[in-house]
Amino acid sequence: MSQRTEVRRAIEVERQAIDVRQAIGVVVSNDWVNDRYKHMTVCVPGLAQVSQPGQFFHLLCGVASAGPLLRRPMSVYKMDPLRNEIHFLYHVKGEGTQLLAQRQGGDPLDLVGPLGQGFTLNSRWHRVLVVARGVGMATLAPLVAVARRREMAVDVILSARTPRDILGAREFAAMGAHVFPVTDEDGSSDLATLQSRVEALVDQGQTDALFTCGSARLTRMLRDVAIRRGLPGQVAVEEHMACGIGMCQGCTRVFRRDGKDVHLRVCQEGPVFPLEEVVYP
Amino acid sequence: MTGADLSVQIGNLILNNPVMPASGTFSEPLAEFIHLNDLGALVTKSITLDVREGNSSPRLAETPAGLLNAIGIPSKGVQKFIAETLPFYAALTVPLIPSISADTGDDFARLASILEKQSVVRGLEVNISCPNLEDDGKSFAMDAEQTYRVIRKVRQATSLPVWAKLSPNTQSVVEVALAAQTAGADAVVVANTLLAMAIDVETRRPKLGNVTGGLSGPAIKPIILRMVYQVAKAVSIPIIGVGGIRSAQDALEYLMAGATAIQVGTYNFVNPRGMVDVIAGMQDYLQRHGCSSVREIIGAALSPLTGAEEKQKTAG
Repeated sequence: MSQRTEVRRAIEVERQAIDVRQAIGVVVSNDWVNDRYKHMTVCVPGLAQVSQPGQFFHLLCGVASAGPLLRRPMSVYKMDPLRNEIHFLYHVKGEGTQLLAQRQGGDPLDLVGPLGQGFTLNSRWHRVLVVARGVGMATLAPLVAVARRREMAVDVILSARTPRDILGAREFAAMGAHVFPVTDEDGSSDLATLQSRVEALVDQGQTDALFTCGSARLTRMLRDVAIRRGLPGQVAVEEHMACGIGMCQGCTRVFRRDGKDVHLRVCQEGPVFPLEEVVYP
Repeated sequence: MTGADLSVQIGNLILNNPVMPASGTFSEPLAEFIHLNDLGALVTKSITLDVREGNSSPRLAETPAGLLNAIGIPSKGVQKFIAETLPFYAALTVPLIPSISADTGDDFARLASILEKQSVVRGLEVNISCPNLEDDGKSFAMDAEQTYRVIRKVRQATSLPVWAKLSPNTQSVVEVALAAQTAGADAVVVANTLLAMAIDVETRRPKLGNVTGGLSGPAIKPIILRMVYQVAKAVSIPIIGVGGIRSAQDALEYLMAGATAIQVGTYNFVNPRGMVDVIAGMQDYLQRHGCSSVREIIGAALSPLTGAEEKQKTAG
């Protein structure tokens, strides 16, 4: 086989494996779940089947020439292959998410994805610990679902400002996860308190791996715990993006990989990274 | 009905159509979304001799109708580019135009002579205009003499087509374009991003890690269009227009201002199929207006005597 054919075949194989698409979905519903977060369901054939926990879609929040120029990356909250639906849970915060919040059932939504490297679950693991801060739980939700389907024990610490901001407690409990809500309001989400809690869970429960999303402070703490206890861990990193597909080099952050500090693209090498690679300036 | 002829000629290079990606806004993942062979040419992210990590984050800031970036030309170095990246393009028929960047004229020439030996390379875009590297955003293309000096060295180092990527951050883009032409450039690419900045009022700090960066996107289109128009009146070599294009209409404006081809940049980030849409829209326009070739509209907005005729002369 010529080098040319080989290269072409390699491209073809990679294309099939990644299965990224630009598609126009239809909004099924877009409802408030509390006073800050909305839950959007989008019907788009074929994409729920190929999406992995931790991956994201790049959403065009405005329409045509109105609204912000760039897309907004949004991690998958739930995949429903039977209904061809992708779910997003998002904090209505800036210009992009405010426009997204105005979408109603039947409206079109231009999306690119699924994108990036998702979480990996080792089949040898029996128990995993998931620590979510705020809307970070949306990124971790499909991971909890898959881990439970594979009959792993899952401990979930949900951290938020107030009890009203705690999302997913019932949903995770219904999946059979052990849920521990903590809040800033009663001080239970304080870093030192949380660290003792994490260490206690790790000590008593034979935790095989740690997962987190939503807070730089929590990520640092969990990285240190993971390194001390010799546990593997993964974090889903959030970053502003332009292209989302690995071209612009705009979303890079410094990670420690193979003993060197290197810029890695959150959209392409991430958004899920090994905890031990995390470096914050 | 057969379509209009979209092919254009830049130096001795014939492109199937006048649409290509702007340097830094395109790389291999776009093959997931479009057939790269449908484009007129492919221009890569700038390559340097050695490995560069690029700027510290944040590297991006969105502005109204624009994008501010200070990426800083991260590069795997030319040897790795040849070993790892070029084989991907060898499988394509569309002409590959690597963009090259260096701190000195000699290093530009060295890069040119290294890349010339690669058969897949069909031309070079000489990035003398990146505003994000160092020295408060200064670049060779701010100055006509520096531009002449660097382009001359590259011209002497290679027989490949040489495209000079110009900067809008200069007193006179026309003088710089003329200097590039005199130095032997086959085309001028007008232009790079506009030096700009943004500040976060909560933290009271610049939004970009590099403080200043380059502004791209629809916000800059009227400015760069004016520059293309002015340069078109002065030079006889082809112009490649680039700045804020996100529709066939934008692209047509550039062609009518005197550009022979155009590059789509920031819009690739918004719509991965954007360049293909621009080509289709261009074809549609030409058919609606009964044009048999895209070349009929190049320079249409320039005054007939100094513009269109002269353009036709150089195209022929």
